Amino acid sequence: MSQNTPSPSEPTLAQVFDKGLLEENPALRQMLGLCPTLAVTTAVTNGLGMGLATTFVLVCSEVAVSLLRHAIPKTVRTPAFITIIASFVTLVMMLVKAYLPALDEALGIYLPLIVVNCIVLGRAEMFASKNGPLRAAADGAGMGIGFTIALVLISAVREVLGAGTLLGVRVLPPFIEPMIIMVMPAGGFAVLGVLIAASVWIEEHPRHKTRYVKKRVAPSASLCAACPINCGIGDPTDDMCAKDEFVEMLEAAVTAAKKEAEEREQ
Amino acid sequence: MAQYASILFSMILVNNFVLVKFLGICPFLGVSKKFDSAVGMGAAVTLVMVLAIAVTWPIQQLLTAWGLEYLQTIAFILVIATLVQLLEMFLKRYVPTLHASLGVFLPLITTNCAVLGVATLVVDEGYTYLESLVAGLGAGLGFLLAMVIFSGVRRRVEEANPPEVFRGMPITLISAAITAMSFMGFSGVIDHLFGA
Repeated sequence: MSQNTPSPSEPTLAQVFDKGLLEENPALRQMLGLCPTLAVTTAVTNGLGMGLATTFVLVCSEVAVSLLRHAIPKTVRTPAFITIIASFVTLVMMLVKAYLPALDEALGIYLPLIVVNCIVLGRAEMFASKNGPLRAAADGAGMGIGFTIALVLISAVREVLGAGTLLGVRVLPPFIEPMIIMVMPAGGFAVLGVLIAASVWIEEHPRHKTRYVKKRVAPSASLCAACPINCGIGDPTDDMCAKDEFVEMLEAAVTAAKKEAEEREQ
Repeated sequence: MAQYASILFSMILVNNFVLVKFLGICPFLGVSKKFDSAVGMGAAVTLVMVLAIAVTWPIQQLLTAWGLEYLQTIAFILVIATLVQLLEMFLKRYVPTLHASLGVFLPLITTNCAVLGVATLVVDEGYTYLESLVAGLGAGLGFLLAMVIFSGVRRRVEEANPPEVFRGMPITLISAAITAMSFMGFSGVIDHLFGA
């Protein structure tokens, strides 16, 4: 375990940090943490606040998990990780409540819900438990800032279209009526859908292909945090995505359980 | 009685957990592809929500009494995770038929934000014990309703032929937007019906 001198095949600290920004962007590419992504992005300040709070929790909990990675037994690691994460979330809640009461009001129950944000537990499980504290911090910062960028992007679109303002300053000329639907729940789904389509378009467009080499490498819980297969593709349009296998697996489990039930009855 | 009905229906229709409050989006998008799994998942979430509130509400009273409110998040998440584990073991051992239809979904919702969300929400709203349980039931049924409706929508979407870049996730999100839009029609209905 030589954390300070990574072998040539291992990514450098900068690469660890960098991959969260675009390549494996949690919200736009891995589709993780969609609940806060959709719920709090009605105004840029809320999106930014949520993103930074999540970044803080990510960095702190990844470092803590990384430091404790040899002390925590494998069998109880998930509850242990959740406890660590929940402690840092509680810390953030207290800080926000004390210094930014307006943000606390705006984020409401979504602030404690950082605990169940799949990004945080996912990174603890997949990265921090296997890497040294320095790399874990870089990974947490990269993922957190990537998440913040995505939230700010989505909330900027929604705030400008839905309220005609940006950071509370009016940007649309007065003769354009803002589309209230954009700050309503329906607008959240629509804006995220269009932004993901746009990122796919940028990537697939022939003119961009040389710059954005198609990489589907994100080793993530992907599309559905509910999917235990973890094939890491997270794209139902991709033939390699194990989503159908997941559904089949669920069905097989149902059939097996039914059989067991019948046998028990006999 | 009217206040319980008002809470129940406003949780199902007006404050629908998935389509209005954006809680439980991961299973909503992940497991809604097939009707049967959508129903199983929805029913499992409903069951866990009611049970979770039944346990976390008294715990909150204890925490308040001892001045330990700041432990709420940690206490709730651990209690819910344990509860789900115990429930799965119980169903597997004693009610295998129910385990077949619900149990397999339980491990997936241990850290579901909808469950922790409803437990936190009823505390914030200051509901009584019975009101909280009704709110949990409503939130779960609303989740079930959204899952069932959306699994129907998705079957159509799967057969549709959207532009290349919209295939998969984007078109699913756009159809979710339209489904959410239809739920906007319910706002105000409950106030009107129950005069709350």
